[in-house]
Amino acid sequence: MAINRRHALAATAATIAAGVFPRSGFGQANTIKIGTIVDTSGPLQPFGVQKLQCLQLAVEEINIAGGLLGRQLELVTYDGQSSDQSYAQFAQQIALRDRVAVVHAGLQSSSREVIRPILRRANTLYFYNTPYEGGVCDRNTFCTGTTPGQLLANLLPYMINKFGKRIYVLAADYNFGQLSERWTRKIAQENGAEVIASDFFPLDVNQFGPTIGKIQAAKPSFIINTFVGPGHAAFYGQWAGAGMKKEIPIASQTFGEAGEQLRMPPELSEGIFVCYNYFEEIDRPANVAFLERFRKKFGNNYGYVSDLGMSEYVGIQIWAEAVKKANSVDREAVIKAIESGVAFNGPGGMIVSDPRTHHFVFDMHLAEMKNRRFEILQSFERVQPTNPSGVCDLIANPTTNQQFEPKL
Amino acid sequence: MDYAAYFFIQVVYAIASLALISVGLAVIYGMMRVINFAHGEFLMLGGYAVILPVQAGFNLWISMLIIAPLSVGLFGIVVERLIIRPLYGRVIDTVLATWGLSLLLIGLTSATLGYYQEGSKPPLGSLAIGAYRESGYTFFVIGITFAVMTALYLGLKRTRFGLLARGTMQNPAMAAGLGVNTGRIYAATFGLGAALSGLAGAVLAPISGVVPVIGATYIAKAFITVISGGATALAGTMSAAVVLGTVNQAVTFMTTPVVGEVALLVAAIILLRLLPSGITGRLFRGSV
Repeated sequence: MAINRRHALAATAATIAAGVFPRSGFGQANTIKIGTIVDTSGPLQPFGVQKLQCLQLAVEEINIAGGLLGRQLELVTYDGQSSDQSYAQFAQQIALRDRVAVVHAGLQSSSREVIRPILRRANTLYFYNTPYEGGVCDRNTFCTGTTPGQLLANLLPYMINKFGKRIYVLAADYNFGQLSERWTRKIAQENGAEVIASDFFPLDVNQFGPTIGKIQAAKPSFIINTFVGPGHAAFYGQWAGAGMKKEIPIASQTFGEAGEQLRMPPELSEGIFVCYNYFEEIDRPANVAFLERFRKKFGNNYGYVSDLGMSEYVGIQIWAEAVKKANSVDREAVIKAIESGVAFNGPGGMIVSDPRTHHFVFDMHLAEMKNRRFEILQSFERVQPTNPSGVCDLIANPTTNQQFEPKL
Repeated sequence: MDYAAYFFIQVVYAIASLALISVGLAVIYGMMRVINFAHGEFLMLGGYAVILPVQAGFNLWISMLIIAPLSVGLFGIVVERLIIRPLYGRVIDTVLATWGLSLLLIGLTSATLGYYQEGSKPPLGSLAIGAYRESGYTFFVIGITFAVMTALYLGLKRTRFGLLARGTMQNPAMAAGLGVNTGRIYAATFGLGAALSGLAGAVLAPISGVVPVIGATYIAKAFITVISGGATALAGTMSAAVVLGTVNQAVTFMTTPVVGEVALLVAAIILLRLLPSGITGRLFRGSV
């Protein structure tokens, strides 16, 4: 079900007022349509709502500033309902019926891999705006989230130096968790450390008793987790309940991305280490102004804007920069514009395109949870989106279409 | 040695939690032959019936041990009156009706409460088992399961209501002929099953949290336990929980949670191949 009826009605009204009366479609001549599928219902709702809000804010800001190429933007929204099947159906609709200029969609890597081939076949430009396991190499796709080469490559050396060389991995049991675990092993190896054990959990697992026992038996220097969703969030309570909070430190590839730190007692989250390209806590005038605009639009109780939501905001803005540069919304022209180098000075810092991989260069920040807030300990400037073995080069080989995996 | 103790406690905990999530279903299915597909959602409602009162400032233990079973039990009585009663004896129709109820409850809670779950730490602190640490709440779950099973056994075996309920389930026409108000007995039994489900959901909520779709995590395991157990509600559930819980947890320790689940299913298939009418179809016959 499309939930953009209100926008559609407004657009219709506008077209009628303008004296045009097209039978086919709503104001196609006037607005530039952006398609989006995010999960605003189901277990992934806390991620999806935040992502949708960031998309809406970006579109609104561009429209207030006069739109793009003299035209207003219109967001065509679908609810992925936390199910990959919905993604397949809506991606078809977006590409074939709505005929949007660009699609900003996807949360789980599984949903991305469902829609990426559909959009590529339909020649519809696709932005995946979520930190993920890296390696996607597809000329039709741009990824504005961080990769393990940016996240784990800075987080793990810090943890290894501080706590030791024995790593225990807990990860979600699908491509995101599986590939992240392989990255962890690779980066650990490069830093003289070792993954002593890895456990994978389907998203509905919410009992961790045996795992907590195994961790105690293995005595790792620290734990790195790639947890996804509310089931896995139960780990933090059970870990603290078993009295392990002060025994073994935890680093996470995902903690805080659903704003869960605001909904749990500080004693559960205290001392968790993360490394993202955006935090609300980043002290920068552009960020203060962004959060003020966000609060004005969505109220004070919106939760938390994490790097996950910010990636959507950045995704729209990068695309808009490319459209301005290309002076067109045509897919080919926009791809060429980004490949020739596009930058956006976002709330969290400068973001620059990496033409060869269709990924982006970010400033990364390492932070520790202190009383429900991320305290930034260290920043890394201009971190490149290194891809596995440096094999992805879409300038030299534009027909590449695969996801490269880390070689161990 | 410490690890063996820790392992043993985890296995007992797995048995206890399996028995706890199944016992409400066992009462409703085992005694009344009503397949309640909304059982998982009864557990979910039990979870919310402890979390929402606690957020509103009520005492955790009062919410868990009194408010949750009472409110879900009353809800069960209403469901029995409105949905189940016209469908007694029509198994497929009750499956459809309760499945619809399950979808409705998931939809309603998704729309009203959403998925912004509050994290919490299980109460009762932790204790050391040699070099290992275990949550005190694990022992509470084991204890409460034991208490519930004992109370249910005594209730069915030693009280007037238990006698009437067992009589009604065995031969409703005869019971009615002897002056038993069978309609009221059916309503009370369904309410009891719902209340037990509510209690189970409430007891597990501080460990696993509650989301609208959490029922799906429990319902398959509960059904497998009850069906493997066979016709006798209490002895069946307990014996199946012991077998399946041990297999599940032992394999989870040796491998991963996924393989643990697979092992549970394989064990259930083998069990039903060897004992087609469940464990109590052959063993413990004549018990409650």
